[in-house]
Amino acid sequence: MMNPVLVIALNTFRESVRDKVLYNLLLFVLLLIAASLLVAELSLNQEQIVIARMGLSAMLFFGVLIAIFIGIGLVYKEIDKRTVYTILAKPLCRYEFILGKFFGLSLTLLVNCSVMLVALLAALSVLAYRRYANQAFGYINFGVLPAGLLIYLELLMVVAIALLFSSFSTPVLSTVFSVLFYIIGSLSQDLLVFARSIRLVPAKYLLIGLYYVLPNFSNFNYINIVAHDFHFVSGRKILFATVYALLYICMLLVLTSVVFQKRNFK
Amino acid sequence: MQTALKIDKLTKDYTIDFFGTKKKRALDELSLEVYEGEVFGFLGANGAGKTTTIKILMGLIYPTSGTAEILGRPISDISSRRDIGFLPESPYFYDYLTATEFLTYCGNLFRIEKSLLRGRIKELLRLVGLEQAADIQLRKFSKGMLQRIGIAQALINDPKMVFMDEPMSGLDPIGRREVRDIIISLRDRGKTIFFSTHILSDVEVLCDRVAILKQGKLAGCGRLSDLQQQSDTTMEVVAHNVDKEAVEKLGELAVSIRQTASGVNIRIRSEAELERVIQAVHQHKGGIVSVYPVKTLLEDFFIKGEKQSEDGVCGHPNSGS
Repeated sequence: MMNPVLVIALNTFRESVRDKVLYNLLLFVLLLIAASLLVAELSLNQEQIVIARMGLSAMLFFGVLIAIFIGIGLVYKEIDKRTVYTILAKPLCRYEFILGKFFGLSLTLLVNCSVMLVALLAALSVLAYRRYANQAFGYINFGVLPAGLLIYLELLMVVAIALLFSSFSTPVLSTVFSVLFYIIGSLSQDLLVFARSIRLVPAKYLLIGLYYVLPNFSNFNYINIVAHDFHFVSGRKILFATVYALLYICMLLVLTSVVFQKRNFK
Repeated sequence: MQTALKIDKLTKDYTIDFFGTKKKRALDELSLEVYEGEVFGFLGANGAGKTTTIKILMGLIYPTSGTAEILGRPISDISSRRDIGFLPESPYFYDYLTATEFLTYCGNLFRIEKSLLRGRIKELLRLVGLEQAADIQLRKFSKGMLQRIGIAQALINDPKMVFMDEPMSGLDPIGRREVRDIIISLRDRGKTIFFSTHILSDVEVLCDRVAILKQGKLAGCGRLSDLQQQSDTTMEVVAHNVDKEAVEKLGELAVSIRQTASGVNIRIRSEAELERVIQAVHQHKGGIVSVYPVKTLLEDFFIKGEKQSEDGVCGHPNSGS
């Protein structure tokens, strides 16, 4: 006997796996990494940097695309195709449905990110081996692993944002809102800098307020540092980012559940 | 008889403008009771409030006021759904799943044990005639097959009561017949069935009792025979070799008179006028082909709709409300 959240999560995962778009994206990323191997041949001693940066950036880019576009469809498609009628008439709470959907896509992204990370590490290992042969292990940039974990946490936040918007808005508006949130969230450090430079007090506090309310994705972005410096993200930063992501995701899921709970499925 | 469903003054208002100031009443103080083991037909034209009622009962929309209980538990109680099945209107399911996968998914939501579920899925696929399609993805299903898999998922938990929203809509005569047979077999197993429809012939065949909704209000409720008795009964006389002069005379006696290829159809109000009509036909050297009473069908009642039950409540079947 399975918990309804798990039942819905596994079905959501199965839906993603059977969705050919996901396969195409995976294939595309793998091809991109393969192509980057060729580019790396051109840059002297820079291949680890180029590959690590390209691989992590591609992982983030495709992850965000999946998180937003599939995340928005998670609830909207169920309502639009009326499959939600059949499911919600069964003995499960609406919040369980939302949680199931969230965990289902989280599982898809976990598989997606894991495959990408493995492919990236494989590419880095091949390059290191070709240059340093038996001493290659010391030249592989393993810093991509914690950076990949942080990207995954960032993607979970994007899924939760997309899920919230799709629980009350149309797909087009949900996409616009989610993309805007992502862009603002990625630039939120600039928002703080801008707020500090403003003299008008209400505007200053408004911007500072927005800085704290909107997601701060800079907590998760260590791509350049990791790629350039072969640098491991510190445990403290990972812990902070993890706690921040979990709290933010919980808040978004509660909000989504409240909105979804109040909905009338006309 | 135990009450399976009790609806008490259920009302639903929808807001129709952005600010929520304008409202439209979709359901107006609907009260009715359905008893265990009944096949209950829920009738009404499009937009009468049938689907709204069923959605409220299934927890998909919230009532503005009023209450409802299914099998003795309020509809807000999630556990009440353990013993009920639901087939939505024009069902669409996860098309990437096979029939077996879909039924397994539904069964898992009820936390049915794996071994029990496997047996039940086989049994249900047999019941709805989809054994051969067990491993076919639902996207390859026809409308009739989707309807049947919809019925199977509604029965996955072996429910005591089944709600079906327009189970025959969009089906061809064979599909309708199949769904009708399934409903009959469920009735034989002692299930309570509540289904909405506007296909009246199915109601006449299947239902123990019906309720008729008109513009969100209960327009009539009771046994089919009771509802039909409330309506006027007329008689129809078919005569042949009737000349023009006779037609004029008969026109004075009849409610309506209609020339057909086989003769003249004369509709009269009651048996009292029958003798005079027969005499008039014979006087003009015509002949009587047939005489039969025309019981007002459910359709007439359905269309008139204004015969509201006295207290607007649908009660015990023996009350003949």
